[in-house]
Formats: sequence, C-alpha cells, structure tokens
Amino acid sequence: MDPLAAIKVTFFQECEEQLAELESGLLVMQDGAHDDEMINALFRAVHSIKGGAGTFGLEALVRFAHVFETVLDEMRSGKLPVDGNVVAIMLRAADMLADHVRAARDDGTADEERSRAIAGELANLCGISADGPDEVVEEIEGLDFVPVAFAFDDTPPPAPEPEPEIAMPAAAAEPEGPPRETWTITFKPRAALYASGNETAFLLRELQRLGDMDVTVSAAALPLLQDLDPEEGYLVWTVSLVTAAEETAIREVFEFVDGDCDIEVKSARADASGALDVHALIAMATAAGAPAEAREPSPAPMPAAATAPEPDNSDLMEIIKFIDDAKAAVAAEEKGEIAPSLPAADMAAPAAKAAVGQSAAAAQGGAGGAPQAGQTIRVDLERVDRLIDLVGELVINQAMLAQRVAECGLARSSSVAIGLDDLEHLTREIQDSVMAIRAQPVKSVFQRMPRLVREVAAMVGKQVRLVTEGEGTEVDKTVIERLTDPITHMIRNAIDHGLEKTEDRVARGKPAEGTVRLAALHRSGRIVIEVSDDGAGINRERVKNSAISKGLIPANADLSDEEIDNLIFMPGFSTAATVSDISGRGVGMDVVKRSIQALGGRITIASEPGRGSTFTLSLPLTLAVLDGMVVSVCGQTLVAPLTGVVETLQPKASDVRSLGPNGTVIQIRETYLPLIDVGVQLGYRDTPLLPTSGVALLVEGEGGARAALLVDTIQGQRQVVIKSLEANYRKVPGIAGATILGDGRVALILDVDSVLSAKVTEPPRNQTLLAAAG
Amino acid sequence: MTDPSINQMADRSELISFRIGAQEFCVDIMSVREIRGWAPATPLPQSPGFIRGVINLRGAVLPIVDLAARLGLGFTEPTARHVIIVARIGNQVVGLLVDAVCDILTVTKDTLQPTPDVACEMTKAFVKGLLAIDGRMISLISLTDVLPDAELEAA
Repeated sequence: MDPLAAIKVTFFQECEEQLAELESGLLVMQDGAHDDEMINALFRAVHSIKGGAGTFGLEALVRFAHVFETVLDEMRSGKLPVDGNVVAIMLRAADMLADHVRAARDDGTADEERSRAIAGELANLCGISADGPDEVVEEIEGLDFVPVAFAFDDTPPPAPEPEPEIAMPAAAAEPEGPPRETWTITFKPRAALYASGNETAFLLRELQRLGDMDVTVSAAALPLLQDLDPEEGYLVWTVSLVTAAEETAIREVFEFVDGDCDIEVKSARADASGALDVHALIAMATAAGAPAEAREPSPAPMPAAATAPEPDNSDLMEIIKFIDDAKAAVAAEEKGEIAPSLPAADMAAPAAKAAVGQSAAAAQGGAGGAPQAGQTIRVDLERVDRLIDLVGELVINQAMLAQRVAECGLARSSSVAIGLDDLEHLTREIQDSVMAIRAQPVKSVFQRMPRLVREVAAMVGKQVRLVTEGEGTEVDKTVIERLTDPITHMIRNAIDHGLEKTEDRVARGKPAEGTVRLAALHRSGRIVIEVSDDGAGINRERVKNSAISKGLIPANADLSDEEIDNLIFMPGFSTAATVSDISGRGVGMDVVKRSIQALGGRITIASEPGRGSTFTLSLPLTLAVLDGMVVSVCGQTLVAPLTGVVETLQPKASDVRSLGPNGTVIQIRETYLPLIDVGVQLGYRDTPLLPTSGVALLVEGEGGARAALLVDTIQGQRQVVIKSLEANYRKVPGIAGATILGDGRVALILDVDSVLSAKVTEPPRNQTLLAAAG
Repeated sequence: MTDPSINQMADRSELISFRIGAQEFCVDIMSVREIRGWAPATPLPQSPGFIRGVINLRGAVLPIVDLAARLGLGFTEPTARHVIIVARIGNQVVGLLVDAVCDILTVTKDTLQPTPDVACEMTKAFVKGLLAIDGRMISLISLTDVLPDAELEAA
C-alpha cells in the first residue's frame, strides 16, 4: 500500500470516530442538554473531517462539511439557538455527512440531491440568524476562509445572569484553591510551526484551560505586502495567564511545538517590574462595575490573530484586510507605549471577564477540565490474538504443572503448592485482562441504530423514539461485528410490525410516539441484548393462521402461546399483508435466529397483547471460547457445543427400535428420532455401542432438525478455548475444531450440524479411519 | 517439477538426517522448527491412515504425519523413543513421526545423485535424490507433498 493510501485509510478510520462523536453529541443535545464544550466538540469533529477531506481533494465532502461547520460555528458563537428543530436538521446532516464520508471512502457518490436539500436546510438555519447574512452567504458559496475564533472569544451563549454576581463568588473562591500566579508568556511561532500543521489558536485555547488569560498580538514584525513571505510567522502573542498551574504545565502546552517557536514564560512574582497584583485588579474592575466597553476584548488584534494562522486559506482580499488591521494594531501598540499604565488596566478588564466565563465551566469540569478523550492505541488484531493464544497456553501449562505437583504428593501447605496457587490467580487475571483487550463496548453497534430508527420511522410514517441502555457493555470484537445485522433486523421488525400506526396508538390511549428499547447487559457470563417495543404484541391468531396458510404447520395443530410466538422464527414465515421495503419478505427472523445460533447464542420472545414484545438475545462474551459438554467416545474425549444440546438422557431398551438395515431410532415423548452412534459416525469403531450402555444427547441442528447422539459417557460441562484445525491441516468432516484439555491433550469439538447431515447423505461406514489409509 | 528443497540448496546447505526402520532420510534444516519426543496424538476421523492425529504444540493444533506410512514403509508403532520433527511446509506446520534423528549434514549440491529407477512410484514422489556420506545412503525427501491434498480427501 502506498503511503498516501495508508494515510487515507487512517483518515477514514478517524472520520468514523468523528462521526460517532458527532452523532452521540447531537443525540445528547436532542435531549436538551448542551454546553459550550459539547458544541465545540461537534465543531471540531466536522472541522477535522473537512480538513482531512480537503487534503485528499474530496470535494463533495468538503462542500457539505463546510456548510455544516458554518452552522455549528453560528451555534458556537451563540447566534443560533439550540432547539429541537435545529438539532433534528443537524442529525439529518450528520447522517448525510456519514454518507459523504462512506461515498468518498468507497469511491462512490453520495445522493447529491439529498445532500443539496440538507445543505439548503442548514443554510436556512444560518439565514434565520439575525447576524450578518452577507457573511454567511459568502461562506456558503465556498469561499474557503474559516474564521478561527479564539476560545476566549467564544461569547458564552446568552448568559442570563448578570456578570458581577458570578465574578464575585469566583473572586471569593480563589483564596481556597492553590495560590494563583500571573505568568507572562511570549510566544513567537516560526514558519516551521505552521508548516508542521500546528495552529496557534489551539495552543492558546489549551493554555486557556489552565486559567484565566488575556492575549494580545503584536504584528510589529509584519513586513510590507511585497516583502511578505506567506509561509513565515510574523506575529508575536503575549499572554497574561492567571493560573494555579506550575510553569511545567504551561510549558507542556507548547511541548509539541518545542523548537518551532520562541517561547518565554515569566512569572509576575519573579519579575520585579510585574508587581501589579492582578487579583486586586480583577476585584477593582469588578467593584467599579467595569465600564462596558472595557469588558469587551479589544477588537483590533482579533481579526489579525484570527487570520494569521491560516494564511494559505485566505484570499488576496483577506490578506490586504489583515495587513490593514495589523497596521492599526501596530499603531495602537505605539500609542500604548507612551502610556504604559493604560494597557495594564485594559489587560485587567478582559481578564476579569474571562474569569466570569471560566469560573462556571471550571467549577463544573472540576480539576480535570474538559473530559479527557480516552487514550488509545491501534494494535494489529493478529498481535492480540497471538497474545490470547499464548495466555491460553499459559493457563493449560499452569494446570499441568499443578497436576504434576499434586502427583508428587506435596502437602497443600508446602511453599511450592502455595506458590502455584498464586501463579494460578495470576494466570487467571492475565487471561481475563487479555480477553478484555478484545472486548469492546456494544456502543459501536448501538450508535448506528438511531439513524436506522429515523429512516425506518420516516419510511413507515410512525413516530418512534429509540431508548438505548447499557451501551458500555463489553463483548468480544468478533461478536460485535456479527451483531449488527441481527439487531438491525429486529429493530426494523419492531418498528414495522411491532409498533401500531400512530392513529391506532392514540385510539388505544397510548402515547403517539412509540418506544423501541435496545438494551445490553451481562448476565451469568453471557451478554444479553433485548429489543423491545411498546406496540401491540404478537397477534397470535394471525400468526397461527398465517403459518397454517403457508403450510408450515398442520391446520389442526394445538400450540401453546410460546410455540405460536416461536413460529415467527420459521423459514418462510411472514404476516405482513404487504411486502414493504423494510420487512415482510419472509426472510427475517429465521435468518436472525440462524445467525445468532451460529454465534453460539439463543433468542427468545416474550410478548403481551397490547403491551408489546421483547426479543432477548443471549450470546457468549467471546467466540474464542465455547460452552461445551465434554463426552467420551471410544476412549476419546470430544466436546459437544452446549448450544446445540437440548437434553441428555439414558436410553431404555424399550425406546430403541431398529429401522432398516443399519438405522436406529429412539422414541422420545411420542416422536421417533434417529439415534446416531458418534463412535461409528466418526469411524472410531465398527459396531455400534449398545444403546443402553451409553448416554444420548438430544441435539438440535441449525435447521431445527433433531437427533439423538449416542456417546459412551458424559464427563461434564466446561468452557473450552476453540482452536482451528484448518490452520495446520484442513477441515475434517463432523469436526468443528479442536481444543486443548487441562492435561495438554487435544480434544475435538463436534460439529453437530455436519454429524446430523452426514446421517442423511451416507450410511454408517464400516471401515475404521486407520483402514482408510491412502 | 521444481522443488524448493533442491532449488534452495546453495553451494553448501545443511540437512538434518533421520532414520525410519533401516533407511536413512534427510530434509533441509531450514524447514525444521524443532524436534520433540513422541506424545500421544488425538486421532482425527475421516483422515488418511498416515495422519496419526493431532497434538498440542504450545497452543497450536499440530497434525502428525507417520512418515513411514506416508513413504509406504508400513505403520509405525510409536514408543517414547520415537521422535517428532516439527517442520514448516508452506504456511502450515506439521509434525513428522520418525524413528530417530541421526545427524546434521553439510553438503554441496554436486554430491546429490539422482534417484535411480528402481524405486516405486510412491517413493519417487518424495525422494528427490540420494547422498552418499561415509558409506551411508541418505535419501533427500521433499516435504511439499507430505500432507494429503484434495484428491486424497476424495479417495
């Protein structure tokens, strides 16, 4: 893979993460909660998608992301109120953005018409907002200039409280915290800083997290236009920061640009000339009721500062405007030098204002400030699997060692035995931790569902609310990957079949909006996923009639409620009167059931007429281990997957009948089922075991076919680690895989389905495997 | 038919030699991963007779080929003195059951003699040449066809 392609792959991976963050943020907002940090996060998500897309020349994506970003920026600056309507449009826009990303990734094209429609809606949002429609239109028309607002410039959305009231407690609270100090930081980025993709605004914003700050920019070094090197850094920022943080924390902010800029950090205390007590100034400014104009951040340096970090994004007009502004700034600075006491006062006033804005956020965020994104690394899955294999081996080895020590007859209290016990605990812990590496929260599946619900609900014209619970429930990655389809299917079904039409709901006195609940939880070593709706429940009469008319069951069948409910898992079953886009083709729940069974899981239904239905999936936490019944056949140990075993029984001579030359059937509660001797089937022995001296496992295959498997004895139930036979050999008929027992020997895992189907296709062989020598 | 075990034989190459019954064989040492003692194998159903079954090699499931049976020299009755040569064939790892490992030989390519015509077809399929070393005759065998392929599965 060439490097660009590799970077592109990473970009799309990151896009998925950003999209997920975007959607979850919007969903939280939909519930009415929002704060500046969240809007900022949404903005950043869209912005970085746009940025990356620009790099790769993905024009459609850039265009759409740009409009989206503009709207978010309006929202961020408080010009656009956050309400349900706006969030709903944004959710649709997020879906569209996801489509664009996927289209770009797969070299396809997104639905341009829909994209334009949504972009139009977004643009309308901005149009509504009172402030400067010209500027907005200009932006939407694709002028690729991004206003980079400083964090401290983010006027908090219409703050209802009068400012002094907040400032006072903030000032009063100060003495309780660690001593705050004023630092003067001079920051002069060099060209290399911009060249490596850093952005001064981000650094300054980072700095702002540490405390209250006031920033001035000096454009004194700025040359005339003809001498201007667009890639050079000419601006110098002077930051006055009031913070409790140490100098190292301040320097840490600039850690990544170390060497690409000149940075000077001075403490006001150490600096004798800076004896001005900023705390006193803040108090003074607040007490004096700080003249309104002084509280506004001085406007002159702002545009200059805003445009500077992205010179290549600006067009010529912008550069000229920027230089004019810069000249004004220079002039202002020169004036300032004449009266040095003035800027100090100016500095204090915005600082006081910043304190107002910050204190609330800081109080909420606690010491940690903004919630930190989890630190993650990307690791090749193969490496993790290798580690899991090795740890599995370690566990087996440890068990073998313990067994050998026990054989030596050492006392339980001997130091060797005690050491072994410790080792056992350690190995178990290592195993759990290693398995946890592969475990991921089901969130990645759940977060795709809101979109699905929106789309399906719109298609069938129902109002649906999706409630998710237990998103953080963790399960093995391979299980997660295979969960999406069944869950998608069940949710579609819940909306299409489960929920009544809106008018029917209202007629029955239910809320017009139907609720679909998707929940995940851990229960006794398995993950349980529930999909429930508050709809009409299963119409058993209709289900039964439909099954009869399709010939799935005899007309006179006498079925319990549970049996009728389970009819919907039968292949070819459908009650939908009309085949819709969404469901009703009769390929539905049977596919769901089969894919769940393939994962070693079970699916059950609980339905109450008029109250709704609940589908419950129970799945193993990982596909690497399997719950098995350990049995002996001809001195060999075999493992039968527990999911296929319905019951076990001791055959009675009176229940076993011969059928044909080789066939044997067993009578179990009025039905005759084939009795298959596993030893003969696998070629371990020629003559079948006497049925009464063995144990029969009643098993059910994928298609619902049942049979009794005859084995010698049952050793017990155990969780076993699944190993592949194909890796070093090839697929063996009747065998699903292998596992390693506690004594270090290999035991084979029975493939129940293949054993069942083999009974149909070929008669029991009369040759041993050894005789089949080639 | 090209055979990597011969093509890879540079001017000097190292071979590992082992004994089955009274005959001595050798394989390229580069394909040998390790040598271990016999451990009881779990028999595999529906497999050719020369597949003794599978053993656990540090967590991997390793098929064991009874090389004597594979070469048509009869089945081995393995004892604790028998040896498994763990060899890599393509991207698979298999165990070869032999009587004993003898020697590590350093040979040059020109010492390899072509297989005389007396051998039966089965032997010819595996023996890629003969080496005469200290009065002993050692057959160089190719491992590529040791595992059963799809045709044998049908048989």
